[in-house]
Amino acid sequence: MAGRVAGKVAFITGAARGQGRSHAVRLAQEGADIIAVDVCEDMPGMPYAGATQEDLAETVKEVEALDRRIVAAKADVRDYGALKAALDDGIAQLGRLDIVSANAGIGSSPHAAQDLAEQTWQDMLDINLTGVWHTAKAATAHLIEGGRGGSIVLTSSAAGLQAYANIAHYVSAKHGVVGLMRTLALELAPHSIRVNSIHPTQVDTPMIQNEATYRLFRPDLDHPTRADFEPASQAMNVLPIPWVDPVDISNAVLFLASDEARYITGVALPVDAGAVIK
Amino acid sequence: MTQVAGKLEGKVAFITGAARGQGRSHAIRLAQEGANIIAVDLCRQIDSVAYPMATPDDLAETVKEVEALDRRIVAREADVRDEAGLKAAFEAGVAELGPVDIVLANAGIAPMALGEEPHQAWQDVIDVNLTGVFNTVETAIPSMIERGQGGAIVLTSSTAGINGIGGATRGGLGYTASKHGVVGLMRSYANTLAPHSIRVNSVHPTGVRTPMVVNEVMQQFLESDPAMGQAMANALPVDMVEPVDISNAILWLVSDDGRYVTGITVPVDAGFTNKK
Repeated sequence: MAGRVAGKVAFITGAARGQGRSHAVRLAQEGADIIAVDVCEDMPGMPYAGATQEDLAETVKEVEALDRRIVAAKADVRDYGALKAALDDGIAQLGRLDIVSANAGIGSSPHAAQDLAEQTWQDMLDINLTGVWHTAKAATAHLIEGGRGGSIVLTSSAAGLQAYANIAHYVSAKHGVVGLMRTLALELAPHSIRVNSIHPTQVDTPMIQNEATYRLFRPDLDHPTRADFEPASQAMNVLPIPWVDPVDISNAVLFLASDEARYITGVALPVDAGAVIK
Repeated sequence: MTQVAGKLEGKVAFITGAARGQGRSHAIRLAQEGANIIAVDLCRQIDSVAYPMATPDDLAETVKEVEALDRRIVAREADVRDEAGLKAAFEAGVAELGPVDIVLANAGIAPMALGEEPHQAWQDVIDVNLTGVFNTVETAIPSMIERGQGGAIVLTSSTAGINGIGGATRGGLGYTASKHGVVGLMRSYANTLAPHSIRVNSVHPTGVRTPMVVNEVMQQFLESDPAMGQAMANALPVDMVEPVDISNAILWLVSDDGRYVTGITVPVDAGFTNKK
C-alpha cells in the first residue's frame, strides 16, 4: 500500500477514542501498522467517563477495515512495566517501530491552584507528564536499535505554552511535556530520531465535551450545555471556530511522522486556531 | 515521499523570489499538488549582495518546470521593494489565473561579506527581507479579504528570526533584525486576518542548499568566525536541509491539513534552535 508512512509501525497511547483513535486511523490510512494502548477505565480526578474496552475494539475495527494490522492492549501509562510489555509485544508481532504518539491524557475539574487537592495534582502529573515520559522511555531503545531514525510526537496543549486559570495542574503537566520534548530531541538527534510536541486548542472529543469543562468555561451558569460552551470556547481562538476536529491534530502528527518533516525536531507545534497568539 | 494527488487543486499561489532556490522549489511542490502559480523575482543584482543573484534565465527555468507539470504559471520580473511594480505583477497574474488563495513571501537576500562591507547592506536587507514581505502581504490581502474565501500566507523567516545569530556585520545584523521583524509581522497579520479565515504563519529554515548559502562568499564568511560556523551546526546529523524540506512544511501549512493552524513559527532547522 502506498502512503506517506507506508511500511512503518506507530505506537499510540490513549488510542481507544478521541485524538488517539483518530491518529491510529489517519496513520493507517497512510500505510502504517499500529500498536494501540489505552487504560480503558475511568481515571482518578477525571470528571467524565473514561474510554472503554469497547472503544478500543472500535479502533481495532477501524484500522483493520483499512487493511492495516493493529495490536491493541489495555495498559496504563502510569505503569511502566505494563506499558513496556504492551509495546514489546506489539513490536514482536509487527516487526519494528518507527513512530510514537504519546497522546494519553486527562482533563480535570476547575480549581484555583491553592484549592487543588494533593492527590488531584499528583494524578494529573502521573498521567499527563510521567505517562508521556514512560511512553518515550519504553520506545527509545527500540527506535535506536532499529537504526532507521524515527519520530516521537508528544501531545501537549495550548496550555503547554501559556497559562489558563483554574487548571494549574494541567498547565504544569503540559508545560513539562515541552521540557521533556526538548531534552529528548537533543539526546536523540544523533540517532536521527526526531522529537516534537503538538499543542492543540480545544479538540472536539469527550475530554472537553463534558459538564466539568463546560463549567470551567461558563462559571456563570449552573448547568452549562455544549451550546453555552461554544462561544466561550471560540473566544480562546483567533480563527472564527469553537474547536478543531481530531483529524486536524492527526494531520499534524502525520506530517511530523512522515519524511516530509525529516529535518524537523525540537519544535513545539501549535494546532490551535491562533489561541497562543491571541 | 508518496505523492498525495491534488491537495491544492484549483488554488492559485503568489510566490516571491521564485526564480531559483527555495522559491522555485515551492512553485514546483505546490504545482505538483495542483496549484497554479504567480511567480515574481527581481532577476537582477543588488550591489551590496556579494553572491550572484537570480537571472531572467532562472525564472524561465521555474516557468518550464511548472509547465512540465501541466500547471499554469505567470512569471514577472518585479522588485518586492517596489509596491507599484509588485502590484502590477500580482494583478497580471490574477487576470490570467484568477484570485489568489496562497501567498508565499519568500524573496530575501543575505548581504554578508568579509572585508570592506558596503554601508548600504543594512538598509538593503531591511528593505528586501522585511519591507518586501510587508509589501507582498499588503499587495495580496485586499483581494483575499474581498473574496471572502479565506486563504493561507507563509512568511519565510530563518533560524536568525528566532536566535541572535548572523554576526556583527551591517549585513548580518540587518539579516537577523529583518528575520525577527518578519515574526512580528506574521503574528500581527495572523491576529488581524483571522476574522477573514486567512491564516498566517512563518517558517524558519536552518541552512538550505541554495545559491544564497552555497557560494564562495557565504562559505568564507561562515569560516571566518568559529562562532558563525557553530551557528550553522545542526542537532540532526545533516549539514544543510534541501529546498523541498521547506516546501513540504509550507505545503502542510497552506493545505487543508493545516486549516486551523495560524500565528505559529515553524522551524525546519534540524534541531538547531533547540540545540543552541
